[in-house]
Amino acid sequence: MRRLPPALVAGAFLVGLVVLVALVSLVWTPHDPDHVIVPDRFRGVGGGEYLLGTDQFGRDELSRLMAGARNTLLVGMVTVVIAIAAGVPVGALAAFYRGPLEEVAMRASDVLLAFPAILLAMLFAAVFRPGTLTAMAAIGIAFVPVFARVVRGAGLQVMQMDYVTAARTFGSRGWWIVARHLLPNVGSVLIVQATIAFAVAILAEAALSYLGLGTPPPTASWGRMLSDSQSYLYQSPLLALWPGMAIAFSVLGFNLLGDGLRDLLDPKLVERLPAQG
Amino acid sequence: MAESLLVEDLRVLVGAVEAVRGVSFELGAGSRTGLIGESGSGKTLTALALMGLLPDGLRAAGRVLYGGRDLLTLPDDELCALRGDRLAMVFQEPMSALNPVMRIGDQVAEPLMLHRRLGRRVALAEATRALMRVRIRDPEEKMRAYPHQLSGGQRQRAMIAMAMACAPAVLVADEPTTALDVTVQAGILRLLDELVEAEGTTLLLITHDLAVVASSCDRVLVMYGGKIVESGTVGQVFDRPRHPYTRALLDAIPPVDEDLPDRHLRAIPGSVPGLGRFPPGCPFRNRCPNADGKCAEMPPLAVLGDHSLACWHPVEAGI
Amino acid sequence: MTVAIATRLVALVASLVVASILVFVVVNLLPGDVATVMLGTNATPENVAALRHSLGLDQPLWLRYLQWAGGMLHGDFGTSVLSHTPVGPLILQKLTVSGPLALLAAAIALAVSVPTGVVAGVRYRRLSGAVLSALSLGGIAIPAFWAGLLLATVFAVKLRLFPAGGFIDWTEDPVAAARSLVLPAVALGLVQAAVLTRFIRSAIIDVQREDFIRTARAKGLTRWQALQRHGFRNAAIPVVTILGIQITSLLVGAIVIENVFVLPGLGRLLFQSVGNRDLIVVQDLVMLLTAVVLAVNFLVDLSYRLLDPRIRTAS
Repeated sequence: MRRLPPALVAGAFLVGLVVLVALVSLVWTPHDPDHVIVPDRFRGVGGGEYLLGTDQFGRDELSRLMAGARNTLLVGMVTVVIAIAAGVPVGALAAFYRGPLEEVAMRASDVLLAFPAILLAMLFAAVFRPGTLTAMAAIGIAFVPVFARVVRGAGLQVMQMDYVTAARTFGSRGWWIVARHLLPNVGSVLIVQATIAFAVAILAEAALSYLGLGTPPPTASWGRMLSDSQSYLYQSPLLALWPGMAIAFSVLGFNLLGDGLRDLLDPKLVERLPAQG
Repeated sequence: MAESLLVEDLRVLVGAVEAVRGVSFELGAGSRTGLIGESGSGKTLTALALMGLLPDGLRAAGRVLYGGRDLLTLPDDELCALRGDRLAMVFQEPMSALNPVMRIGDQVAEPLMLHRRLGRRVALAEATRALMRVRIRDPEEKMRAYPHQLSGGQRQRAMIAMAMACAPAVLVADEPTTALDVTVQAGILRLLDELVEAEGTTLLLITHDLAVVASSCDRVLVMYGGKIVESGTVGQVFDRPRHPYTRALLDAIPPVDEDLPDRHLRAIPGSVPGLGRFPPGCPFRNRCPNADGKCAEMPPLAVLGDHSLACWHPVEAGI
Repeated sequence: MTVAIATRLVALVASLVVASILVFVVVNLLPGDVATVMLGTNATPENVAALRHSLGLDQPLWLRYLQWAGGMLHGDFGTSVLSHTPVGPLILQKLTVSGPLALLAAAIALAVSVPTGVVAGVRYRRLSGAVLSALSLGGIAIPAFWAGLLLATVFAVKLRLFPAGGFIDWTEDPVAAARSLVLPAVALGLVQAAVLTRFIRSAIIDVQREDFIRTARAKGLTRWQALQRHGFRNAAIPVVTILGIQITSLLVGAIVIENVFVLPGLGRLLFQSVGNRDLIVVQDLVMLLTAVVLAVNFLVDLSYRLLDPRIRTAS
């Protein structure tokens, strides 16, 4: 049995923790995360029954953090699914049908790559309505070129393999080769890329929610909680600590997991993403 | 100016595993010694260890005596003052051993600026002469070139010019022709021969090409499993090999001329075990035709005059 | 080399054109148009028609695109519908805040990451290297705006050393203006430094394993001299290739951090225009920032070619 990369273990632990908290929050939180109890506002840490205190509306901070994990994972997943659903076919087709189509697709993806996720999300927020869906769509679309490029890169390598040439000589159809040979081979690079994209998506969503262009209130989201806390830095500075730590640990978890998976699966091409989305 | 170099019980540790296991030899002043053996026998590590250039994480033990000082315990600044000046090395891969983003001229001039304290202009002029000595065509132009603009042979010539720039007392050449086209190998070897001869440099030539050793060296060390199994003059070892491993190496060379029509070519059975996987006792015993129970114990190095041998069952001389 | 530059330049112009079309289309081809969006749902048709006319929305789409794109080339960025001010001068004025902020943050990022990355790379087998590496890994996970919030809590709210937000114009009080930029620039710079540190560290680790470093040591250079004379320039090549993405990340971070510290820069303007649905300003700013990203990538590509003679001397 090969020793697993330590980064993988640490990352899997942190990510597992976030997932576990999100799942638990579906059935149980210490308090109702959205329940406003005005007299209980700004309770400190350990303030009575509130382990991490309460916010400006007297809502339990810990419960909101737990519910926020749900939101974070949802945004990450939807974003990555959008990026994969659009990026993989484009990349695969570009790798398979070389020529002008490939050229156009790749040039377009180069241009789209120049739009950072947050910038695209702000553009979308101005044109459509700001909200979770708009933010997820924008971040997802901003990630599409990255996935298209890695799939195309891996695809070009696979297409040169002898067994694929053999399959083509025997008259296998294009889509069959893509499904049978290309996709299994881009699996590892996709997993690593998706993990890294997940981390960037968390950061981007947090920033957008902080700006008020992401998850709308009253839904608990870490970025929003940070922006709320900013008005009360004098009364309750710790409120600016917990959600940030939650974001940082989740991002660290996904980054470590990505690094670990990269060490384990060793895919050749992984695209960089702007760290702040 | 030649000087001798004495290696005593040199060991190289890769973690807890000994890759070089107690090697002793002397490079007499002005002598030329060939170090031969298959890949994985510890030749390169021996060379790097005596230059103090082992990769991070590897440790050397034993003694390497040069000019009355032990190189292995020498403080780094003193060792740096010797390296490139008195002790020089030529590497196997001239492409990766040269800095891809620095002009050849600057790379060749560097040891001169460092050890001779020459100004850049003077050092560059000297470097041009060094390139002429290694017979690179258009030295002025090649001075301004980057390594990727040179051919493999030219790169190795530049590498040799660099190593010989300060006229070192000892030159270690680690498979200097292995990475090159066969057609340029002979030229490089002839060049090395000439330069070493002219400067009286002590040479340690590492190679797995026995013919190279036969033509360029006067002594030979045969290494296997991190140990020297046989050593002596080229005549003694090549004409009358005593160790079954040396014998096997010689048997594996295709005859070039027809003076031995009956000899048939033999590959050495098995392959070199990985690091730390050599059998205890004589490292060659799992591939040796003469091995028996006694070989489970490491044979001592028997010294017969100028010829040393570590084997319980040596091949009969003269066959 | 000149051919390579010319090709890249053509590609840059093409990318700019495509990007401008994309931005224009997203803003203009959506259900309802700018006028309805801006006036909201309870606007009368007459109001909408009047605004459409004043904005030139009754003209064909392609003409409007050409007017917009052509105008930008001449420095005419149109007029903000809300403030009725021309966008060009507005952007220039905001640049006096965003420009220094981004430069200061970049300077901090480099000043921190280069030494830390080199030390972490050189000492990667030792505890000190591992600690630096772990710190940078943690730093990457921290959102820049949260770092800003924490710095504001400590240095503005608790210690009162720097303002927690707001900006006094350079012409009024240059010292106060500079002081307002310190915390946001440090927050942005440190987070960027964490990312850069990791890249520099791994480039240094990789370069130390190169054969030519061993050659340099064989010449008598010390470990440090070899790294300095032969390692740095080679290590710079992979680092420079990621600088483009780093600068993108810095710009995005600046947009957000300006809103943390209520700095009247481009990011704040963009945020406000998004909130006010001042689509012309949004369109201009998104295009401008995208152009900066594309231009930076072009420059990075060029400098990469200059650094690596293997590419430079290839005809």
